[in-house]
Amino acid sequence: MEPERPDGPDVKTEEGQSKATALIEKAREQGLALRDRAKKEFEGYKDPQQTQLWKSIFRVSHDRSDPRNRSLAVLSNVFLHLHPAKINRDATRYSFTWGMGGITFYLFIVLTFTGVLLMYYYHPVKGAAFRDILYLEHDVPFGKLLRNMHRWAAHLMIITTWLHMFRVVLTGSYKRPREFNWCVGVVLLVLTMLLSFTGYLLPDDQLGFWAVTVGTNMARATPIFGHEGPFGPQLGMTPYNDVRFGLLGGSIVDANALLRSYIWHCIGIPLVASIFMAVHFWRIRKDGGISGPAPVMLESEMKALKK
Amino acid sequence: MQNVEEFEDFEERKGSWLTGGRAALILVVLALVISAFFVEDWHQLISIATKPDNIPIVALIPLVIFFTWLGMKQARANDELAEHLQADPQLAKTHHRKTQPWRPGWARELHVWPYLIRIEFLAAIIVTVILYVWSITLNAPLEEPANPNLTMNPSKAPWYFLGLQEMLVYFDPWIAGVVMPSLLIVGLMVFPYVDSNPLGNGYYSWRQRRFAVSMFLWGFFMWIALIIIGTFIRGPGWIWFWPGQRWDHNAVVYDRNRDLHEIFGITSMPGKLVFGALVVGGFYFVGGLFFHWLMKRSRFKFRYLFHPREFLHWAKTSDEFESKILARTSILQYLTFQFFAITVLLAFPIKLILRLVFTIKYVWVTPWFNI
Repeated sequence: MEPERPDGPDVKTEEGQSKATALIEKAREQGLALRDRAKKEFEGYKDPQQTQLWKSIFRVSHDRSDPRNRSLAVLSNVFLHLHPAKINRDATRYSFTWGMGGITFYLFIVLTFTGVLLMYYYHPVKGAAFRDILYLEHDVPFGKLLRNMHRWAAHLMIITTWLHMFRVVLTGSYKRPREFNWCVGVVLLVLTMLLSFTGYLLPDDQLGFWAVTVGTNMARATPIFGHEGPFGPQLGMTPYNDVRFGLLGGSIVDANALLRSYIWHCIGIPLVASIFMAVHFWRIRKDGGISGPAPVMLESEMKALKK
Repeated sequence: MQNVEEFEDFEERKGSWLTGGRAALILVVLALVISAFFVEDWHQLISIATKPDNIPIVALIPLVIFFTWLGMKQARANDELAEHLQADPQLAKTHHRKTQPWRPGWARELHVWPYLIRIEFLAAIIVTVILYVWSITLNAPLEEPANPNLTMNPSKAPWYFLGLQEMLVYFDPWIAGVVMPSLLIVGLMVFPYVDSNPLGNGYYSWRQRRFAVSMFLWGFFMWIALIIIGTFIRGPGWIWFWPGQRWDHNAVVYDRNRDLHEIFGITSMPGKLVFGALVVGGFYFVGGLFFHWLMKRSRFKFRYLFHPREFLHWAKTSDEFESKILARTSILQYLTFQFFAITVLLAFPIKLILRLVFTIKYVWVTPWFNI
């Protein structure tokens, strides 16, 4: 049974109604205020560069055309900070640098990316290695594209490295104070070719096998350290302890050679190359940035040599 | 720019349309056209040229030609500007000294963001597109599984090492495979340290840096020529087949390679030793004289080939500018340069000619090593 309510429904209703209206009114007011606030806030989001999230990531807004922000855009970004804030206006011309150094670095990134993806599908083991390439070509989605791109980017990188060196010579950019950086570049050139060469064996097919056999056979003839080289046999070098044995992990190109070549290719040389690259790029900045196009010097302005 | 007409070069170019460069181009085109008639196996030639792994070297040839042209074009423009400014000291003081356009009021420096970043971004996109197209249209080669019992013939190194493999024909493996590559690397590294010319730092120039640039080009083109020989000419058994000549897998070459001392009838070992040492020593001496002579030459002109008297004059008089540069070179720089120039740049083509034309194998035979 329902309990009887002492105060009648009439009195209560009126009081209750006014309370409710007040509540509703208040809620409405608050709702409106919230709407205004939200509106205002969303208005602010229209300029994402003013948000905390943006600022926390990029530290500065990028689209401002005032010089300070343009400089900060480069200086406060880890990926861009190797650049100076400003650059010789003519150095942005393609005809001066041909873009070859930058393209070489970009290809290194492409090769790292595709290379890591390839590593997911590859076992550096005799028998499995060749089969993995077949799987890549026929079963792995986009596997063929991946392998092709890794191969052609590697070839292209060698070409761009050579052309970069060619440009540096033609513009005399190896001259003081950049002599040492030129040497670092020569090391990188050699490392690039070694990277490509160690990768050549990995499909474990006839092409790679014989190319590496021919290549490492030369190591037999290393003077002093090779068993067929001058003074090698006299110093006790045999096919089982000479420099070629060290390279291949055996006296023939076999399972150990495959593993060694894999580790050199994926870890050893890229690590060393990365260190040299860091020095190479850092030295560009320290040696005064890009070498030119510099104002032409005249013969008559050649300073006399200090005696 | 008023006295441009006074330039010797301009008159020369006005006088005859047949400049050295054009004549060389015509000769090359003629040679290509004529050699096309001698191709007996187009199918083989095309299959070599379109082998996926050879595409880079096929691409490298036009690329090197293009970039050599691009560099030399800018070098010529800078050289003309330098000559112009040299003749007009007043202008030299005010000129901005570049061939790129510049007006007073223009900023000499630009913001990297966005003027450089956008170019780098664009370059990355273009390279990516090229890579995608290349990777979609052309498959990476995959031969049969490695088989140590089945030798590939010819078995070639990757194209970028074919230069070294080709060297194996002319030198023993310890020289071709170990010493020469090391010398190439060290030689490249010492390049900036032996170049004592302060001019041409940061701009293309030919006249101010003739010798340094031509020495590099000599080595660079030689390297590429070796790769081309290795790719297009070497067939089964590493035998020389001209491009287009049908590969004969049973070909036997009846060359009888002799050592140099055999021609002189020297048979005793001490005799061979001394003879070889003398020949090599003599080669270094003559080579040194040759480079010493070469580095003091003035600009070679195409017409000297047809005017012996002018040629003799050119060969006899040393250039004032080049002599000045030589005077700045320290003895250590000079000797280092000479060593690498003779050992790498000169010894190699000489050995190539001795072997291919005169079928001479070794010039110095000892019980421990042969050169």
